[in-house]
Amino acid sequence: MKSPIIALIGNPNAGKSSLFNQLTGLRQKTGNFPGVTVDKKSGTWPLDTHTSATVVDLPGVYSIYPKSLDEQVVTDILANPAHPDYPTVAIVVVDASNLHRNLLLFTQVADLGVPAVLALNMLDVAHKQGKEVNAVRLAMRLGIPIVRINARTGEGLDKLKQAVLGQMNEPVLPTGLFFDPADGAAELITETRKDYALNSNYLALQYLIQHDGFSFLNHSQRVGLDTLIDRHGFSEQTFQADETITRYKRIAPIVAEAVTEQHAADAPTWSQRLDRFLLHPVWGYAIFTFVLLLIFQAIFAWAQPFMDGIDTGVAWLNGQLKASLPAGPLTDLLTDGVMAGIGGVLVFIPQIAFLFLLIALLEESGYMARVMVIMDRIMRKFGLNGRSVVPLISGVACAVPAIMATRSIGTRRDRLITILVTPLMSCAARLPIYTILIALVVPDRRILGLFNLQGLALMSLYLLGLVSAVASAAVLKLFLRTKETSFFIMELPTFKLPRWNHVALTVWESVRSFVWEAGRVILAISIVLWVLASYGPGDSIERAETRAREQSITLTGDALQNRIASERLEASYAGQFGHFIEPAIRPLGYDWKIGIALLSSFAAREVFVGTMSTIYSIGGGDGEDDGGVTIRERLRQERNPATGGPMYTPALAWSLLVFYVFAMMCMSTLAATQRETKSWKWPAVQLGYMMALAYLAAFATYQLMK
Amino acid sequence: MSKRSVADLKIGERATIQSFNNQLMSLKLLEMGCLPGAEVCLHSKAPLGDPICLKVGGYCLAMRKSEASTMLIEN
Repeated sequence: MKSPIIALIGNPNAGKSSLFNQLTGLRQKTGNFPGVTVDKKSGTWPLDTHTSATVVDLPGVYSIYPKSLDEQVVTDILANPAHPDYPTVAIVVVDASNLHRNLLLFTQVADLGVPAVLALNMLDVAHKQGKEVNAVRLAMRLGIPIVRINARTGEGLDKLKQAVLGQMNEPVLPTGLFFDPADGAAELITETRKDYALNSNYLALQYLIQHDGFSFLNHSQRVGLDTLIDRHGFSEQTFQADETITRYKRIAPIVAEAVTEQHAADAPTWSQRLDRFLLHPVWGYAIFTFVLLLIFQAIFAWAQPFMDGIDTGVAWLNGQLKASLPAGPLTDLLTDGVMAGIGGVLVFIPQIAFLFLLIALLEESGYMARVMVIMDRIMRKFGLNGRSVVPLISGVACAVPAIMATRSIGTRRDRLITILVTPLMSCAARLPIYTILIALVVPDRRILGLFNLQGLALMSLYLLGLVSAVASAAVLKLFLRTKETSFFIMELPTFKLPRWNHVALTVWESVRSFVWEAGRVILAISIVLWVLASYGPGDSIERAETRAREQSITLTGDALQNRIASERLEASYAGQFGHFIEPAIRPLGYDWKIGIALLSSFAAREVFVGTMSTIYSIGGGDGEDDGGVTIRERLRQERNPATGGPMYTPALAWSLLVFYVFAMMCMSTLAATQRETKSWKWPAVQLGYMMALAYLAAFATYQLMK
Repeated sequence: MSKRSVADLKIGERATIQSFNNQLMSLKLLEMGCLPGAEVCLHSKAPLGDPICLKVGGYCLAMRKSEASTMLIEN
């Protein structure tokens, strides 16, 4: 037997996700709803000894009429009983402190004919506001089972389980519709029900109003519905407005009967008093700037000791391996190829963990919503939206989840612009590149006794990314014209203490997926690169070695080994590849070695450092004593064959830094853009404009600083 | 004199919503509890005076001034 599906439905901030975590614990996974890329969180919930249900967490919505892409999923499932995720029973999670608005959604779900259980949550919040909810009376008036729960502590879950089992075995449905569309459009509804074999009046109304968004209807079905609408002179918007007003009118007496209010909650709550401060013209921005600085501080300063630890740990392990394993190509592959690649991945972990930790805390506490409010006015000027702030900030971690987060932006154009510019925010994968190059050319010194110069350099790169993202948005706004009006209507959730298990889960998920997803790519490319750098066409490598020995008879020991190794690298496949593209990158100040790194990082920029490690561990001599030398040292020692000075001059390093600020070097991001825009045009535009920016900016930087 | 709208409220001022002048926007606002006859209170404004935050139906709703101006209030 197919396991029953339990859908969690509710308003945003009603406690749906908390309940989901309580029910499924660690037995959950993230996938996609069929046909769309909206994240689907599902998990198993053992109901009794022989039944285990699949719980699906649906996106939070205020009504069955979607206002953005992720909300569309809810309607798509509930209006289509043939959908694989169509629930056996729906648990509607309701915030008891705001019953009117929460019951609006509930009555719509019930009218669609889905067997439902109402989970009455946040009774403690209601109690603090002086409201007491009589669940028995509410259940009688609504005609379905109601369970009092506390999703944060897990109270009432056993009763919830009993109620769900009851609804599965013998569904109790409300006796009538809360809103019967036949009251206003009887003939049209009857005809639609007959033509499309629908078993509910309200479902028929959904077909009429929403058929353009229903992916499960085919073209002729949609045309048929349009014809019906025209023939009956049906006005969807007027009807929908009437529906909402009628529902609220029905709900008002039900709530009045079930809720007793001790005193009007007129005194501003501490959450509102906090808002006066957080939305203040001066303090609001000051606090936001401070929070951003804190995030950077965490990523750069607090994560540093952990990163150094991982860095030296890997270098030490590599040295041990080299010393204990017999010398040979296999050992070289393991140490210079695999270990160098893995080290490049692991060293990111502390920064990614800190970043996701802080973003999760901001979201959980409710502060992120305030940031959207104070930023909306500014963002609007650039064709963005207050809601663009979350993707842009998340973009500092990784553009892929950031681009997926744009689904909450209801306006098509605002969303598209946000998607296109988000990858300009410097993501975590750029960090190691920044860190290494800055450490090479910026002195580790404090100015004014407070600011670390390297930290300032890093921050300026992030600012460069931010400024260019906003500027690009302004340019895109000129090209993308639209008739659609942009809107920004959002509930400000009350401030809450973060749920630590949620935060921990988010951090764990992001670190795990980074290590696993990015790690596999980096590892594979490192190995391929090592092979390409160690072998060449025909006997070119041997000839290069002979030539090196003949030309440098005066050299001995390490110097000779270095010379031989770099000649060998130059003769290898990778070296020839690098030479091939050298003319194109020469104006930016790059040589063929950097060319190899650029090419290999084309699919994923985080590969750059791994490639540099591989190239320079091969090219930098294989002396037994250098096992513990880090990549940073190798780069510092690298000489420019033309000048004899250091290869990594400030001009070259800054040119590379600027290049990586702009360059669209991430296949995953392009794939995400393609999925989210459902077109190849936008990823192509994204790749084109960002690469052009990167090349021009790096060119200008190098030529000016040279 | 043209009708006042929610966008004209001062901080702390209360008003009752009378009607809407934009149907498409009204659909979104109605769902969020901004009903004709409902009392709203301007609770705070974002820096630069826009968006604004309203208290309606016991919770806090943020919206742009342009959206608030579609809700007309009784004088």
